[in-house]
Amino acid sequence: MSESNPEPLFALVGNPNCGKTTIFNALTGLRQKVANYPGVTVEKKVGECISQHGKKLRLIDLPGAYSLNARSPDEAVLRDVLLGRRTDTPRPDRVICIADAANLERNLYLLTQVLELGLPVILVLNMIDVAEAREWHIDVPKLSALLGIPVIPMQATSGQGLIELKLAMSQSAPESPKWHSPPLPEPLKAELARSRGLLCQAGAVRTEAALLEPLYLISDHDPSHYGIDAAHLERIVECRKALEASFPGWEDELVNARYAAISELCAEVLKRPDQPGVTITDKLDAVFLHPIWGGLSMLAVMSVLFYLIFSLAQVPQGWIESAFSALGNWVQSEMAPGDLRDLIVNGVIAGVAGVLVFLPQILILFFFIGLMEDTGYMSRIAFVVDRLMSTVGLNGKAFLPFLSSYACAVPGIMATRTIDSPKDRLITILIAPLASCSARLPVYGLLIPALLPAHLASAWVKAGLMLAMYAIGTFGAFFFAWLFNKTIMRGASSPMILEMPDYKLPAMKGVLLHVWERANLFVKRAGTVILGLSILIWAASTYPKTPGADDSTQLANSIAGRAGHLIEPVVKPLGYDWKIGIGLISSFAAREVFVNTMSVVYAVESGDDEDVQPLRNRLAEERWPDGRPIYSPLVCLSLMVFYVFAMQCVSTIAIVRRETNSWKWPLFQLGYLTGTAYLLALVVYQVGTWLGY
Amino acid sequence: MLPAPKLSELPAGDSAIIAAMPCGRPALTRLRELGLVPGTRVKVVRRAPLGEPIEICVRGSRLAMRNHEAAFIELAAS
Ligand SMILES: Nc1nc2c(ncn2[C@@H]2O[C@H](COP(=O)(O)OP(=O)(O)OP(=O)(O)O)[C@@H](O)[C@H]2O)c(=O)[nH]1
Repeated sequence: MSESNPEPLFALVGNPNCGKTTIFNALTGLRQKVANYPGVTVEKKVGECISQHGKKLRLIDLPGAYSLNARSPDEAVLRDVLLGRRTDTPRPDRVICIADAANLERNLYLLTQVLELGLPVILVLNMIDVAEAREWHIDVPKLSALLGIPVIPMQATSGQGLIELKLAMSQSAPESPKWHSPPLPEPLKAELARSRGLLCQAGAVRTEAALLEPLYLISDHDPSHYGIDAAHLERIVECRKALEASFPGWEDELVNARYAAISELCAEVLKRPDQPGVTITDKLDAVFLHPIWGGLSMLAVMSVLFYLIFSLAQVPQGWIESAFSALGNWVQSEMAPGDLRDLIVNGVIAGVAGVLVFLPQILILFFFIGLMEDTGYMSRIAFVVDRLMSTVGLNGKAFLPFLSSYACAVPGIMATRTIDSPKDRLITILIAPLASCSARLPVYGLLIPALLPAHLASAWVKAGLMLAMYAIGTFGAFFFAWLFNKTIMRGASSPMILEMPDYKLPAMKGVLLHVWERANLFVKRAGTVILGLSILIWAASTYPKTPGADDSTQLANSIAGRAGHLIEPVVKPLGYDWKIGIGLISSFAAREVFVNTMSVVYAVESGDDEDVQPLRNRLAEERWPDGRPIYSPLVCLSLMVFYVFAMQCVSTIAIVRRETNSWKWPLFQLGYLTGTAYLLALVVYQVGTWLGY
Repeated sequence: MLPAPKLSELPAGDSAIIAAMPCGRPALTRLRELGLVPGTRVKVVRRAPLGEPIEICVRGSRLAMRNHEAAFIELAAS
């Protein structure tokens, strides 16, 4: 097949963390494109490389996986590409199977499955340096002879083995591998052949499919059955039931048989010391996973990370904001007044600044995540906190994304990609906005002193109230995680299985590249949605125009202002008037906008961002028609509770839409969070009023 | 006869051979695919500070899992 096609397609396949990306980058020299497989958040990376003989070869980097028995959309994509079941990706002509030599046996498992599909394979033994450091000796020529395929030892980080790989890629594939799939009992084979017939008829597999191909569809464990048509699913379940009835445990028997063959193979080619020496990993783990030092060192690492995204990011964020406001001022002075100028200055420029302002946090967070993943520390964090997270039905990998959400939910939600269980990932995304992010601080900062005037409460009481807001949010997050686990996600249980890789020095180039990719994706994909939504909200608070009116009247007459009037009956039970209603509506763009909007509503000189004293004084003077103050302590409290829960952030909505690939989840999230916010604010105000506050 | 010891009960530092695992549970099938098949030697490296998960060494690779799964894995009495 590879002879007939001028540009043969090679697929890179391997377990997670085997060095696949490093090899792909080395082969393509970054002549690559990153996209998404339609319908899922699985990345599709394609690239080109020039063979040792000057021929152009096409490469595709498939998602890392332990097995072709899919358990997640990632693994389903791998399976479907290798089976030639995807219309958007041709079936590869050849497979480069990358095995981590330091975890040889487990990595050979995936190889046996790929060989069973009958695809020509080149085996790369990556991380050969790590295996050698452990004094493992792998007899490469013998392995190649026993498998009947080219085997290339490699150290991708230093480029050793790359030329040999390119050479093997430009040679035509050897006739057929010597590896034979484990002998199956005849009746099982017959049953499988029958299943294949049925699935071919239904169009679920190619007509020329190898005997074992349908097997991987039948043993699909992905709860969402990604990549399988609903029409085929019935057939597949039927086949599974038939197989299970006549051969109980056939799937497990097959695994046993493959491993038996692998053990036999390794007995011939792999020599390991009987008593493994104490490695650096053992020494480091003795500290990082120590009952006391483990927790303390993690706390230290997390504090540094948190400090950096929380405060270091503010410096470049300040630059971005002042650069864009300077740009806005410049346009303001150069252009004739009019709708177009307003659109450019207040809509577009402010909107773009609103997107880019997330970049510092995203860059810092992903740099750290990259470092922690690359060094192997990430698995240790998950290991240490798993028990804690399991009390609410999540696993240890959800910890870091959730923690990051206290700085900002946008990078936090982007970081959920490190959670491989789709269920845990979705729940973490759904609860992330409940972590009190930094955008809530200006709102708390305005309302807490309004609630507790200086002569009534010390700074400590105020700090305590602030802390209480964080606690309520956190408690809410855990409550909803628990609830979703028991309700909408029930049954989709996935076990926590964590690989504990050896510690490594991080490869800076790879880490930086990854950070760059993330930032790029954020700006291109989520950025456009954020920009669009912020322009919409800007337009709503600008139009229709009231000629000659001051800003305050102008806002009151705009769509947003009228909507504020419109929702007054709805928010009145919470103790809010229509002016607060406008604040709620316009701060849908981002929570901190509430402060600015209220300044405009009350026509207060807004002054510096820092100084909200004039606004606070103005709030204290606001009265209902009957003379009661509007901003009673109870209303301030009810407002703060509202902001703890409400999903007042279009950027979060945009990123959730992006990360879940549908509008269903962001809308559900918007509904449940705003609903909870409303209910709790209502309870606070009504119960408080009833109690006589 | 005593019930067979389970992987979840193996003290840190000890190793044993897997005797049996129930069939047909997807979580256990994944563990099999990672190399925990009957007849394989497993060693418990350590337990997490809060008692769970447990880190094990199997076929030269290290994995962590919870007691919930480990409790299904029966060990051969040594
Ligand atoms: N010592 C050593 N480290 C390597 C080698 N190849 C890759 N690495 C490192 O292994 C780590 C993982 O490499 P990646 O290329 O990100 O692995 P991957 O398979 O793409 O991982 P996922 O993206 O998580 O699936 C990185 O820190 C690499 O620098 C090697 O041959 N020797």
